[in-house]
Amino acid sequence: MHPAPSVIIFNTFSGIGFGLLFFLGLGFPAPTGWVAFVFFAIAYIMAVGGLIASTFHLGHPERAIKAFSQWRTSWLSREGICAVAALIIMAIYGAGLVFFGTKLTILGWVGAVLSLGVVYTTSMIYAQMKTVPRWKHWSTPALFIDLSVAGGALLSGNIVIALIMLVIAGGMTAYYWATGDKRFAESGSNLANATGLGGIGSVRAFEPPHTGSNYLLKEFAFEVGRKHVQKLRIISMVFGFAIPFVLLLMVQASASHILALFAVISHIVGVLALRWLFFAQAEHVVGLYYGKR
Amino acid sequence: MTTLPPPSAKKLGLVIDLDTCVGCHACVVSCKGWNTENYGAPLSDQNAYSAAGQGTFLNRVHSYEVQPDQGAAQLIHFPKSCLHCEDAPCVTVCPTGASYKRQEDGIVLVNEQDCIGCGLCAWACPYGARELDAAECVMKKCTLCVDRIYNENLPEEDRQPACVRTCPAGARHFGDLGDPDSDVSQLVAERGGFDLMPEQGTKPVNKYLPPRPKDVEPEIDILAPYLEPVAQDAKGLMGWLDKALTAMPGGSK
Repeated sequence: MHPAPSVIIFNTFSGIGFGLLFFLGLGFPAPTGWVAFVFFAIAYIMAVGGLIASTFHLGHPERAIKAFSQWRTSWLSREGICAVAALIIMAIYGAGLVFFGTKLTILGWVGAVLSLGVVYTTSMIYAQMKTVPRWKHWSTPALFIDLSVAGGALLSGNIVIALIMLVIAGGMTAYYWATGDKRFAESGSNLANATGLGGIGSVRAFEPPHTGSNYLLKEFAFEVGRKHVQKLRIISMVFGFAIPFVLLLMVQASASHILALFAVISHIVGVLALRWLFFAQAEHVVGLYYGKR
Repeated sequence: MTTLPPPSAKKLGLVIDLDTCVGCHACVVSCKGWNTENYGAPLSDQNAYSAAGQGTFLNRVHSYEVQPDQGAAQLIHFPKSCLHCEDAPCVTVCPTGASYKRQEDGIVLVNEQDCIGCGLCAWACPYGARELDAAECVMKKCTLCVDRIYNENLPEEDRQPACVRTCPAGARHFGDLGDPDSDVSQLVAERGGFDLMPEQGTKPVNKYLPPRPKDVEPEIDILAPYLEPVAQDAKGLMGWLDKALTAMPGGSK
């Protein structure tokens, strides 16, 4: 799949932003006044910034309001509704903390659940795609939620939870890669049943329908990003999980904000690489018709 | 509404005969011609006169080589457009309700005024039947020429999809695949029509007819044995060369 920068930025930053809102909503931490303002500002910049970035890949963003209508069947519609609900509830909860020094506990919990709901509904947009066997698995939502909670714990300063979640999210990522590599073969889709000609003999794509490229090839048969898979996997493991883990251990001993900042930056770099691979490595079955993957 | 309607009794669709298709791409051209000028966003081209030209098409013809265990390879031309699936995954993913499946005849359509161009329906389609137009930024797909098949301003013989009407080989057939007695259903039953990618669970309405088995041509020319042109044993200069080269180190024997 084509790794559109707007969607990678959305998944990375909104994931972390809603993860931070999750912890703020639960009341870990529950600051007031200026400190609360800074926490909520960071969360909203990431969550909303990511959502705005995601609209850049739309052909007609001016009609985006219509995307709230089909929640009965569409995960994208559900995601939109969930995001708006989470942002409104958490804005009220945040205003209570920032301006009135009041903690609306129940509202915070609702906002926390909705924040994770956004991450879950986002992940289901991918996990529902039978056409992309690598994504069509329970581990896609598990990976998204693990990453979001790990990033949220890191930003909210819940060091012990962050240490545990970094290990879990790192393990989940490794599991996702190891099993994901086999899923296309396991899906049973191949050129033989794509064309229905397998009964005659072995099928080979002889001539494409056109001399140039087309929308389908650009969107679905993205092969460039796969060249450096092993290097990118190491980068995302080291920067995303290992370095932040070590830095957080040092933060726990020294309470240094600078080290914590480096942990966050390192984590974001690693997760960006991971999200790139999530798209670049995902193979759509339509590539079979073109003899490409 | 992106909720799929209950399966309709009438299932309009195409039957494509892979035995008959000659790969002339006339259906591709007539499809683009009709659908670029008659409704909604036109089917744009980008850099049409350059080496990297490309554009939006609702119907494309692939060619596949199939190598049987015994005998010569076959070349099979393979037209592909929307299969108007009964369980259309492209419809349910649409966040705006722009994609829908008609209850009355099962045709899958896009309401372009509601399309936000998110591309999710193209992701959900295993067949590559939907293409986002690069100029208009809305999703385009085969409409089964819904503006022809019911169009009383056209002569009756033209009330079928442009691709079917134009096919010079008669490789494309249009009809109601929900009616077991229709011509197309009979054809599918007779020729063993099949679904593309059945494991995807989309229940396509369009069917493909397999190429007929190749027969082995018997020797019918009684003069052929007298015309055997290939010398099995080289004689004279060629024979000497053959022996000399074979005797050299590395020669084949």
